[in-house]
Amino acid sequence: MHAFLEYTVTGLTVGSFYALVALGYTIVYGIIRLINFAQGDLSMVGAFLGWTLLVSLGFEHLPIYLAVVAAFVIPMLGTAVINLGILQFAYKPLLRRSLLAILITALGMSLLLQNTVLLVYGPSINAYPPNLLPTTGFYLGPVHVTYVQTALVAVSLLLMGGLVLFVQGTTIGTAMRALAQDHDAARLMGINVDAIIRVAFVLGAMLAAASGVMLGIYYIQIQFTFGFLLGLRAFTAAVLGGIGNIPGAMAGGFLIGLLEAYTTGYVSGKWEDVIVFAVLIGVLVVKPTGLFGERVAERM
Amino acid sequence: MALLEVRDLHVFYGNIEALKGISLDAEPGQIMAILGGNGAGKTTTLRTISGLLRPRSGTVTFAGRSIVGLEAHVIVGMGLSQVPEGRRIFNVLTVEENLNLGGYIIRSSRELVRTRKASVFKLFPRLAERRAQLAGTLSGGEQQMLAIGRALMSEPKVLMLDEPSLGLSPILSRSVLKTVREVANRGTAVLLVEQNARQALAIADRACVIETGSVVLQGDAATLAKDERVQKAYLGGFEAVASG
Repeated sequence: MHAFLEYTVTGLTVGSFYALVALGYTIVYGIIRLINFAQGDLSMVGAFLGWTLLVSLGFEHLPIYLAVVAAFVIPMLGTAVINLGILQFAYKPLLRRSLLAILITALGMSLLLQNTVLLVYGPSINAYPPNLLPTTGFYLGPVHVTYVQTALVAVSLLLMGGLVLFVQGTTIGTAMRALAQDHDAARLMGINVDAIIRVAFVLGAMLAAASGVMLGIYYIQIQFTFGFLLGLRAFTAAVLGGIGNIPGAMAGGFLIGLLEAYTTGYVSGKWEDVIVFAVLIGVLVVKPTGLFGERVAERM
Repeated sequence: MALLEVRDLHVFYGNIEALKGISLDAEPGQIMAILGGNGAGKTTTLRTISGLLRPRSGTVTFAGRSIVGLEAHVIVGMGLSQVPEGRRIFNVLTVEENLNLGGYIIRSSRELVRTRKASVFKLFPRLAERRAQLAGTLSGGEQQMLAIGRALMSEPKVLMLDEPSLGLSPILSRSVLKTVREVANRGTAVLLVEQNARQALAIADRACVIETGSVVLQGDAATLAKDERVQKAYLGGFEAVASG
């Protein structure tokens, strides 16, 4: 029982990273039916931008709150700009062409981001400052929870809450939901569809970058390759929750995180991906709309 | 010069010429009915004016300014609003959210959105009762009210309606068209595409008949209603029975 609870805490922590990346997949898919395969790599780019600030530029020596806020906000903005560039130059010319062309382009963008980071930062592992946040923790009943875990899950929940408020409570958010249904009808409301697509790309990139910085803080070590597997797991989470569905992406992220933690704990870390991707295949075969989705994810 | 002037519009779908030189006008306070059979080009005409389609040639002038080639959302911002064929309301949003999006171009003024919503609710009290309900759960008539109310949120100077009575009972469609007349009486220029020619001509000031992409007849609604060709093609005995 004790071990189970420990795994659960780990699973929820890692799951919150997956949830953030999965939200990016789901927001973009909801609006333009594109699986933006660069989503995981945007997270990786965010992690490297955060590393640059904290380590290369020495932000780690600043007061802790300032350092943490800067290490989140600046990579989120930087990654948003990169994603807007990808949208403008790679996806936009293809938006009215075949979905296959744009999907392959998305895979290309994933490779482009990986190789750019490889060129800039090199192939070696870069390390986040290990003592950025207090490394101690507290006991929640019998389970030891670190302050890092608490802080990271809290930030994730804050970002998710902010996203839900934005999508449900603002007119721009309402327009995003309308676009998921009917682009032409949205145009006839006076909605600038291109601008709303840009908003979706900015949101997706910011969530991904935040998850990347969190991964860096949590795992300490980052490498240019980590975005690929992260992206696939988050994609599985989005599909599990029902792609296009925002609460689904969050739930899917936490479920995949838990699944991964239990697999590592009870079976072996080597089986993580086997189990996670078996779930992806299982969902696609048995319930392609996912746990919460109503729409058929027909174009993946 | 008319508020909205469409001149010699040619629109192609691939190699197929859907509009072969359409010209028509819309004046404030008047309803221009656009009649014609399926595939004649009525919807294409409205979609081209709205900026959803680009014409190969021809001009659309609104208040003296050419609007051909402008993005659809810019055209809405100038004061031309369309209720599309099949209503196209946002099923996944509530009635109120649909209306909020209708007021998207005035979203910076919450006050203005609120007063316009109040006037839509006054026009269609049924929508007020169902404001928190998902639009997809409304009946056909209520959905049509919502589609019209949504278009009125931007207080357009030109309102285009594409088959607003489609799928409605004769009583409901009469009441919808009566509302359209009220909207026109307030000074809005209305372009009304209708399959129910009898009811459309009854409320319209002027009308035109489109056949295979060309305007074949144009004139006063009352004159057209008596025209032999119109009577034969669009006001036939069967139609008279069907529409009561």
